[in-house]
Amino acid sequence: MIQTIAFYLFATLVIASGALTVFARNPVHSVLWLILAFFNAAGLMILLGAEFIAMLLIIVYVGAVAVLFLFVVMMLDVDFAELRAGFVRYLPLGALLAIVLAVEIVFAIGAWSAGAINMGARIAPVASDVSNTQAIGQLLYTRYIFLFEAAGIILLVAMVGAIVLTHRKRGGVKPQDIGHQVRRRPEDATRLTRPESGQGVEL
Amino acid sequence: MTAWFASWGLTYEAAWLVATIVGILAIALPLMLAVAMIIYADRKIWAAIALRRGPNVVGPFGLLQSFADGLKVFLQETIIPSGANRGLFLIAPIITFTVALMAWAVIPFQAGVVLANINVGLLYILAISSLGVYGVVISGWASNSKYPFFSALRAAAQMISYEVSIGFILISVVLYAGSFNLSVITLAQKGNILGIFSANGLNPLLFPISVMFLISSMAETARAPFDLTEAESELVAGYQTEYSSMSFALFWLGEYANVILMCALNAILFWGGWLPPVDWAPLYAVPGIIWLFAKILLFFFIFSWVKATVPRYRYDQLMRLGWKVFLPISLFWVCLVSGWLMLTRYS
Repeated sequence: MIQTIAFYLFATLVIASGALTVFARNPVHSVLWLILAFFNAAGLMILLGAEFIAMLLIIVYVGAVAVLFLFVVMMLDVDFAELRAGFVRYLPLGALLAIVLAVEIVFAIGAWSAGAINMGARIAPVASDVSNTQAIGQLLYTRYIFLFEAAGIILLVAMVGAIVLTHRKRGGVKPQDIGHQVRRRPEDATRLTRPESGQGVEL
Repeated sequence: MTAWFASWGLTYEAAWLVATIVGILAIALPLMLAVAMIIYADRKIWAAIALRRGPNVVGPFGLLQSFADGLKVFLQETIIPSGANRGLFLIAPIITFTVALMAWAVIPFQAGVVLANINVGLLYILAISSLGVYGVVISGWASNSKYPFFSALRAAAQMISYEVSIGFILISVVLYAGSFNLSVITLAQKGNILGIFSANGLNPLLFPISVMFLISSMAETARAPFDLTEAESELVAGYQTEYSSMSFALFWLGEYANVILMCALNAILFWGGWLPPVDWAPLYAVPGIIWLFAKILLFFFIFSWVKATVPRYRYDQLMRLGWKVFLPISLFWVCLVSGWLMLTRYS
């Protein structure tokens, strides 16, 4: 009973907020609807009993990726007239994408109702007394270790690439060297002189 | 508690619903009271360090000061700037406040006394605390004003930076306890130091990261010395600048609820949670919740103490500390702790 209510609540909200992501006029509102969609998708994951994936979905997508999206979109200077002006120009490409997606959905529903491929058989049986955090860990670090490490290396390369592209040496900056500041003694910085009256001090 | 309500003749589902709602109220209402008192405590500690009296007029010793402030903001008018994005402007403080309350669902107050004893409790806390940034960012953007916007950008960058190192620190603790469940993490600390003390923080391997976690939790809650999001001298009041009356109060309450949550996490992850500090039978006569509260108050005192004594960081220093100091050390510590565990526990 309560699962059914929760499922329809989450599912409706995912679809509604997904639609509003597309239809919202303001890009910032779009991103916020997208975040709501992520959040409700995590709710659906919990209903499936995949609480680890659900939490990761929130931590990674809502907590990091969407914040960066929002960060960038918030700083855009949005001109609504210009946004609408491009509509006709991008219509063919958009229509093509829409057709491809529609065909894919039809295929997916067709394949699902035919039910020929038993995908469940390819997943290693998991002992029921293991929580799904442990189950994912055992699978990820044994059977899929090379894929996992390959993903790690790809991310590392991407990170190094991003740093190399954005890093530039700037001249004329004066970084704070705390060790140097602490090492400095009064005698390095001050000088006691007794100038004659009427005479200046050489700096 | 579900069984107790079911004994009244309710069906299991109805009993579960009633029990959960009662449980939520039993946490949220005392938490609101605790926030009111902790704001008073914060002001008193701060005043004492500055050799002032602090609030001492309303009620005995000024104890009712927070309630008077609450009543005052409740009676004030909510002003919405004409250029603000109305809906988001009003929803932002609600998000901050709700998120600050949500995280308390998985905090164990005593053996078995926890609203949701889920086995990804710590991940849940990470997920919820990463939502906290949205209240600040949305309020900064929706205010349609310069200073709140700067503050929102600062807050977003700051919270993401420190969440990374907090994540690594938590992983070290999780590796030691072997579970994400906060009750299991607490129980794993029972007498873990020579069979005498119950505290991860006394373990030489975990002590450095317990200090790092304390500092990171100050940065995560944007408390002084990391309160750059509301630096008065630069940003007026930061993201709260355009807010008034209850919408302002919700930010205020949410912020302090978050601070208490971080104190509770420090206590649970590193200093034994509801276990007495020394694993000695007579000390278990004191209810666990009192030990937990004592530890939370101790950490809150440290938070207040730091707020009163340490000057505010510059923004580049804050980023340097997060990315160039805490991140490498905590990453190294994950390797160190897992290596040590492989050597001693799993070999």
